[in-house]
Amino acid sequence: MRSLTGDRTVRGVLIGFTLLAIAGFFLPAWIVNNVMFGLARGLAVLGLLVLLRTGLVSFGHALYFGLGAYSVALLEQLAGVTELVPRLAGAVVVAGGLGWILGFVLRRYRGIFFAMLSLAFSMALYGILVKTESLGSTDGFSVSPTVLFGWSPETRHVFLAMVAAVCAFAAIVVQVYLASALGHLTTAVRDNEIRVEYLGYPVARSIHTTYVLSAMLAGAAGGIMAMALGQVDPDSMVNWTVSGELVFITIMAGAGNVAAPFIGGVVFEFIRTYAFELAPHAWQLIVGATLLAIIFFLPNGLWSLIEKPWKKLEKRRD
Amino acid sequence: MHSMFNRVHRLALGLGVLATALGPYGAVTAKDSIDVGVVAFLSGPAAGPFGVPGKNGAELVIDAINAGTLPAPYDTAGFAGATLNPIHIDESGGNAKQVAEYRNLVEKQGVDAVIGYISSGTCLAVTPVAEELKKLTILSVCGTPRIFEDGDWTHIFRTQAHAVGDSIAAALYVRDNFGDVAGYTGINQNYAWGQDSWKSFSLAMGHFVPKAEVSSTPQFPKIFAGQYGTEISTLALDDAELVHSSFWDGDIEAFVVQAKVRGFFDNKQFLSTVGASAIDSLGSEFPDGTIIGTRGEIGILVREKSGPLNTWFVNAYRERYGAWPLGPSYQYAQAVLALKIAMDKAARDHGGFPTQDQVIAAMKGLSFETFAGRIELALGNGHQAVHPVGYGITRWNDETGEPEVTNITFYPSKCIYPPAGKPSLDWLAEGMPGSDC
Repeated sequence: MRSLTGDRTVRGVLIGFTLLAIAGFFLPAWIVNNVMFGLARGLAVLGLLVLLRTGLVSFGHALYFGLGAYSVALLEQLAGVTELVPRLAGAVVVAGGLGWILGFVLRRYRGIFFAMLSLAFSMALYGILVKTESLGSTDGFSVSPTVLFGWSPETRHVFLAMVAAVCAFAAIVVQVYLASALGHLTTAVRDNEIRVEYLGYPVARSIHTTYVLSAMLAGAAGGIMAMALGQVDPDSMVNWTVSGELVFITIMAGAGNVAAPFIGGVVFEFIRTYAFELAPHAWQLIVGATLLAIIFFLPNGLWSLIEKPWKKLEKRRD
Repeated sequence: MHSMFNRVHRLALGLGVLATALGPYGAVTAKDSIDVGVVAFLSGPAAGPFGVPGKNGAELVIDAINAGTLPAPYDTAGFAGATLNPIHIDESGGNAKQVAEYRNLVEKQGVDAVIGYISSGTCLAVTPVAEELKKLTILSVCGTPRIFEDGDWTHIFRTQAHAVGDSIAAALYVRDNFGDVAGYTGINQNYAWGQDSWKSFSLAMGHFVPKAEVSSTPQFPKIFAGQYGTEISTLALDDAELVHSSFWDGDIEAFVVQAKVRGFFDNKQFLSTVGASAIDSLGSEFPDGTIIGTRGEIGILVREKSGPLNTWFVNAYRERYGAWPLGPSYQYAQAVLALKIAMDKAARDHGGFPTQDQVIAAMKGLSFETFAGRIELALGNGHQAVHPVGYGITRWNDETGEPEVTNITFYPSKCIYPPAGKPSLDWLAEGMPGSDC
């Protein structure tokens, strides 16, 4: 087994996120904001990428994204929690817990049935939130700024560094998982389930584990989004459009590497910001056209822009 | 060759994305002009009845003030002499997106102030961020009382009174015109606005028309449900004669059309608190005899009101947009007006172009004449407006081919809003002590 530091992706992720966290201190506030939102979305997309390895696409990952976000908001409403670690832990545990329970049902379905069933579960949560006044209804809740071990940093740059650290950690965990025996199994499950069963590996359990990991990542992402925005509400956290955006970013980013979701998330955030600004009446059109352009010109997503030159460079070096 | 082309193509695409992301951006703020974000729904279901009329109202008045063509007393050109350059932003996309866009407006585009917001949820979401970024923000339409009752803000103002007064005025109108009504029910959308509207209306009815019995089956269909067959049947079978609704946009139109063909309005007295946009769009199809409100001295209730400001506003709006100004047109125009008055006042008081703090000080507690009424920033420590709210009865006028509203009554603000510092729902529940009706 290769050591962790020997893995090129792990090194790249560490260097990339460290540079980003440092760069954050020199960037204007609006860029820091958009990068933070992009990273949060990227973390949820990383969850989708893990699932994609087993050949499953979820149209309802906003369920866990929203659960994570609402965990942060409700922890504050009910218990006054504003510390980063319990907030994030709460989001991950709640999302992972529900993912584990729903996993017993969902692991039996594949393809469009899996996608639609996850969508149904997410819309059930949406319906509950919208109709329940004590859960904020459509207005949602405000989330106060996050505190780190009793210290409340004055600028958002510090928070970006924290978010970058969490994302780097998650990316490395996923990279290690994918390189492990269990991780390799996911690809095998996608290719031929029956053969995997005959080899003596439990397919259902493998899918279940992957699903829970994916839910935990989306939960953490929702928690970070709630903290970065300072606001949760059903329409921007749980609605099916949120799930759609995550799938959108997955396609845009490409599934080639654990770093791709974060790049995709940040690029998506900037495209949307500029679309809003340039065409307030037709911003959706610009966002949609961008996706079409990427599907036409970069079928393997934005990641191929990085991967191809890199591989060529390596070939030349060899 | 082909691959070469491909490579160049992809490189160009990549560079294009990069250039858009990093390119220089943002308008230069000179002393003789100010940038103001104007946020309203420009897409989605709330664009037609609220967002676009609101944006038009703002645009019309901004252009007139820039040119100095507004009637007296607002006939000086500019905002403290400066030209206002509006930056229009779409309010759709959810509260989270709006918070992000608000930050973009302030931190990226460097606006001097922000005007707008229709959805209560968005107002609640944006308010703490506006305070954090210390940017003057004038909320123009949203109705939730929670903004200034749950918080104390320095940089946020609202030139629209909160929605509890709309419900109290509705109950008062019922008392004065349909005092012998035996029972009432409601159909409201199942989200914060619909739930809150029904709650405050039934509390106010309990106070003003205590004999009227509240139905045990008020209806709460999903927002934008579009199909109301079952709800109409339930309401029709209910003994309650009065039907309250805070429906808006497509929902009010769908409900009215579906209920009308079933003869619903022959047996029921319908009360629509914000459905005025449907009166113009449905024309003669809109049922006569409906109690209609507009949340203030605005919209169809003041269409015929004379006075130089209102006549100018209605005529200029019709000429430019080919439609009657709706409530939101007035609401956005009033928010723009408040900014002008405060900036002019601050410039007079201090000499020279005012700072933001001077503008805020000048706006605090402001009382000003609007197009068809008067707004006083009396609540929320001088940041929250109160104004009269009225209701009337709809009627289709065959001769003019236009809808009209008759029997209009406005209830003064001292009667429908709690004294400063008192949460309105508590005040309602206690029986409105100190209310002068």
